[in-house]
Amino acid sequence: MATTDQEVRELIKREYEHGFVTEIESDTFEPGLSEDVIRRLSNLKQEPEFMLEWRLKAYRRWLEMEEPEWAHVDYPKVKYNDISYYSAPKRPEDMPQSLDEVDPELLRTYEKLGIPLHERAKLAGVAVDAVFDSVSVATTFKEPLEKAGVIFCPISEALQKYPELVKKYLGSVVPVADNYFAALNSAVFSDGSFVYIPKGVRCPLELSTYFRINAANTGQFERTLIIADEGSYVSYLEGCTAPMRDENQLHAAVVELVLLDDAQIKYSTVQNWYPGDETGKGGIYNFVTKRAACNGKNSKVSWTQVETGSAITWKYPSCILRGDNSVGEFYSVALTHNYQQADTGTKMIHLGKNTRSTVISKGISAGRSSNAYRGLVKFNPGAEGARNFTQCDSLLIGDRCGAHTFPYIESKNKSAIVEHEATTSKVSEEQMFLCRQRGIEPEQAVSMIVNGFCKEVFKELPMEFAVEAGKLLEVSLEGSVG
Amino acid sequence: MLSIKNLHACVEGKQILNGINLEIKAGEVHAIMGPNGSGKSTLSQVLAGNEAFDVTAGEVFLNGDNLLDLATEERAREGVFLAFQYPVEIPGVSNLQFLRTAVNAMRKHHSKEDMNAAEFMKLAKEVSKQVDLDPAFLKRGVNEGFSGGEKKRNEIMQALLLQPKLAILDETDSGLDIDALKVVSDGVNALRAPDRCIIMITHYQRLLDHIVPDYVHVLADGKIIKSGSAELALELEAKGYGWLGIKDEAVANQ
Repeated sequence: MATTDQEVRELIKREYEHGFVTEIESDTFEPGLSEDVIRRLSNLKQEPEFMLEWRLKAYRRWLEMEEPEWAHVDYPKVKYNDISYYSAPKRPEDMPQSLDEVDPELLRTYEKLGIPLHERAKLAGVAVDAVFDSVSVATTFKEPLEKAGVIFCPISEALQKYPELVKKYLGSVVPVADNYFAALNSAVFSDGSFVYIPKGVRCPLELSTYFRINAANTGQFERTLIIADEGSYVSYLEGCTAPMRDENQLHAAVVELVLLDDAQIKYSTVQNWYPGDETGKGGIYNFVTKRAACNGKNSKVSWTQVETGSAITWKYPSCILRGDNSVGEFYSVALTHNYQQADTGTKMIHLGKNTRSTVISKGISAGRSSNAYRGLVKFNPGAEGARNFTQCDSLLIGDRCGAHTFPYIESKNKSAIVEHEATTSKVSEEQMFLCRQRGIEPEQAVSMIVNGFCKEVFKELPMEFAVEAGKLLEVSLEGSVG
Repeated sequence: MLSIKNLHACVEGKQILNGINLEIKAGEVHAIMGPNGSGKSTLSQVLAGNEAFDVTAGEVFLNGDNLLDLATEERAREGVFLAFQYPVEIPGVSNLQFLRTAVNAMRKHHSKEDMNAAEFMKLAKEVSKQVDLDPAFLKRGVNEGFSGGEKKRNEIMQALLLQPKLAILDETDSGLDIDALKVVSDGVNALRAPDRCIIMITHYQRLLDHIVPDYVHVLADGKIIKSGSAELALELEAKGYGWLGIKDEAVANQ
């Protein structure tokens, strides 16, 4: 129906709400990457010697690697020597100890984003380790965490205070040469979060990090390491926005989760980076490696992600189910519109006995976007009695977008059971007509239909995040009608 | 109250309605009958504003407003309600959420405050009982996994909830067993009101045993070729459409 498609196009044209640039003076490296740059970076951060060696090893491996081309995405080659590998707010030696000391300009930025840091943290009972550009500048609610023995700090700080802990686990889940982007991250990562939950501790707060990319042409290389010791539990929330820019910005983060016996980690992400304008110009390249190692028996990890931003998303939060009876879960909503491209999914690697995994993926495509699910389910010979259930649903809005599903299944154990379900549907004209016939605005109807489609995933999100995610979809789709 | 003048409409270039003229006064119930392909469902879709259909000529006034100037959702808010022949499913969206959104859209249009969840729940429970639907249905996805009869009862429930000025019931009786037909008919009779008009599209006399119309019209080739009182339906039942000089497909199918 021509009119409806026209409406779809009209409604999808909604400008990115968070498009603005904060004027904070940055102390930024000249563009380019070399061993010398890495030495300077490590030196500036006063890192222990092992860290520099680790970075250099990663860099040397990276030089020998090729950028992967197998993903269902298309973009101009990234010029790695045009990127600056360090950017920090001025006065790095004078880091603020509380919100009062934070640059008011930064606080205003948070307000524009609708996340007044202190209020939000207080209201939601959430500790926020705010990453602004490359250095963490505000950390709150440290006390209750310290009382519980929980460590939650920038990874640069952890390298100073707990070098042995970092040394033991960093790269244990994602080795330095795991893949091209992970190797690059290992060489040049700027900062990120470090979390350690001691034995038997249930983390008293949901830990939250807000990421932003700010300075132009500065690659953002976050590194996150979370260790859940025996019998511990933590829920970690990650949310992101970015200002509007013409140049493409590269983001190559690495997240490593380590779970010992009976430990549980719930890792939730809402990703809303600048997706590019309606002609496909600009936008973030998001090449992320996220992986959890369920090393302990009966451990459980849940990845929940809502991906609405970025020009290109290349992301496969994965679970290595090594411990017997360990459980991996992946719940994902990926929405693309205009010229956005997403190739996302998960890997469930079953090594231990009776390991179980669940994958629920919801892809929504609008405009001229392309949305692919790519998932691997692998049962090694030792994975006696292991099971997987995978469900991939795609929803199309309009007739110029694409959805693809690439499931890979490898089983080397006859007792393993795998189930895979996949569907593709459209926001149908009949559904729209029904809603409109009942007096509902077309925009509201699309939002309602899409939210209904994502219900199974949203119910896995922490409450305040679920509300945010629903709103985010509404904003991202505002104006879209099918 | 409703005035349809010389209405012509086509779909995908094919002319379906060829000049419909119909006047309905407030409080009246009109039944529209006719063989398959005569344009009955097209008429209901065009009145409700389905954009798949193009109106090529004519006018439609409801209480003096030209409906054809309004978008689908605007017509709905002015009081046009269509009970669908084949209600579509909206997975994951609860009936309750869907209905409350609809009710609040109407309220907003009439400058009334939103109804809160608790108030709405109470109202929805009452109305669902009227059509013999278990209130547990309210929590299920819109039409998701509903039987044919449940879908039709759900449509009538929505009409009762939204209190339209013009209710168009498109083959609301099809696929119903005797008991469900009784429940749905009771619901429709409850809808009858002095300030409301109802158009019932049906193939069968049996519905009209329960809901006695003020007028019966026969549609053929996109035109009303005969109008009469409720007795006309009985006559059609007995004689089929042949005596009117048209093909007798529906009766043959029966």
